[in-house]
Amino acid sequence: MTSNSTLALTPLNSLHDELGAKMVPFAGYRMPVQYPTGIIKEHQHTREHAGLFDVSHMGQVLLKGRQVDSALERLVPVDIEALGKNRQTYAVFTNEQGGIMDDLIITRWNDETLFVVVNAACKEQDIAHMKNHLGDGITVEPMEGQALLALQGPTAKDVMSALAPDTRTLVFLTGCHTRIDGVECYITRSGYTGEDGFEISLPGEHADKIARLILAHEEVLPIGLGARDSLRLEVGLCLYGHDMNTETSPIEASLIWSISKSRRAGGDKEGGFPGAATVLGQIAKGVTRKRVGLSVAGRVPVREGAELVDTDGNKVGKVTSGSYGATCGAPVAMGYVSTAMSAVDTQLNAMVRDKLVPVQVAKLPFVPQRYYRG
Amino acid sequence: MSDLKYTKDHEWLLAEGDEVTIGITDFAQGQLGDIVFIELPETGKECNVGDEVVVIESVKAAGGIKAYVKGTVTAVNDTLVDAPDTVNKDPMGDGWFFKMRIEGDLSGDDFLNQADYDSYLEEC
Repeated sequence: MTSNSTLALTPLNSLHDELGAKMVPFAGYRMPVQYPTGIIKEHQHTREHAGLFDVSHMGQVLLKGRQVDSALERLVPVDIEALGKNRQTYAVFTNEQGGIMDDLIITRWNDETLFVVVNAACKEQDIAHMKNHLGDGITVEPMEGQALLALQGPTAKDVMSALAPDTRTLVFLTGCHTRIDGVECYITRSGYTGEDGFEISLPGEHADKIARLILAHEEVLPIGLGARDSLRLEVGLCLYGHDMNTETSPIEASLIWSISKSRRAGGDKEGGFPGAATVLGQIAKGVTRKRVGLSVAGRVPVREGAELVDTDGNKVGKVTSGSYGATCGAPVAMGYVSTAMSAVDTQLNAMVRDKLVPVQVAKLPFVPQRYYRG
Repeated sequence: MSDLKYTKDHEWLLAEGDEVTIGITDFAQGQLGDIVFIELPETGKECNVGDEVVVIESVKAAGGIKAYVKGTVTAVNDTLVDAPDTVNKDPMGDGWFFKMRIEGDLSGDDFLNQADYDSYLEEC
């Protein structure tokens, strides 16, 4: 890895090396793609036990000011005023064309403070976007040096409650300020693997110590970005820059559930976000293409970029994510297809090395999500 | 008499007379990570130098094996189709890909002996 000198390092960089991680450049950071355990076992371990992920590359930002909630509503099609204290919501930043600039998680800390987490590759753009549009009364404060750890899997709750008893009462998409071994953290019951789990935001200078405390638990293994990708794909979650981008709208991306009722046609706060006319028009009239799951016959992985054709050979779309789903024990993929071809069980073919690989439109998720809702 | 050679693409070739068994090295399987799919050539296929004869896909990456020598495929390791992870477990043994009857030999500059491959690995 010759370009490491130009890559940003997370606070767990030396721990990754010590654990024998294979480090790769990702969104400008030096990140672990896998540990000696290997992607398939890391994936399975997370589904069956608990895995610790370093996601400190992601952007963590505090938005502060009076009516910060209604200010942020100008940029996302979500009812943030209705978001209770210590509750979280998924959202997308839309552009004027109704395309997706990024996806994010918004958490309300109090009346005048929102905590947002955005993608690493988009964070500079997102911070500028918020500074430009939230208005003079709102401050946008990137949490420089803040680490973010994700502890995911069915036994994550046991590990977490031993270290931070306050987390026992959390349900999916809620959070609390608490301490682990004296270190102030903000812990949410959330994640991007489809499993029950937690994300822990904490000062970078303490991240190594806390990560080691978590890893000391026999249930927990360190998990790299490779397994993070296959875990999120199996549960049908989008990866920004792949399954959605500025050319895809939230309706095309099958993210209509992320648009609050109050922001849709006829709602109290209809529209009022960038590209609203386009997005609400698509809800009313439908879209010409949409994101679907694709199950693959046989063993050959169907990857991002593969063309999709119908059984007559007409081009109908393209694969946007594809990998081996270790829990499914088979290749899994997502992609965009013309709406006429988007019904579950529709037979298509993917072009892989100039050969046709049969695929079938599949219900998402491939593996059931197992969030803890109380 | 047998003769084990390597290429800079981390393939190994074991020559026994004019038949050569071909696979990938432990370094190569480690770089690829968990292998989930292998496509083997048909027995009888005639290969020219540079032809891609095997497709290997790991969870994260797609790779392949190209023919370094002209020849005809005489046997393939079908067990890999249902157990591609055999290549991760035993790349130099049970994880062999195919055998071919070659025209020529493994004496060219493309073929490294054990000592040369070991020193090449130190640069990788």
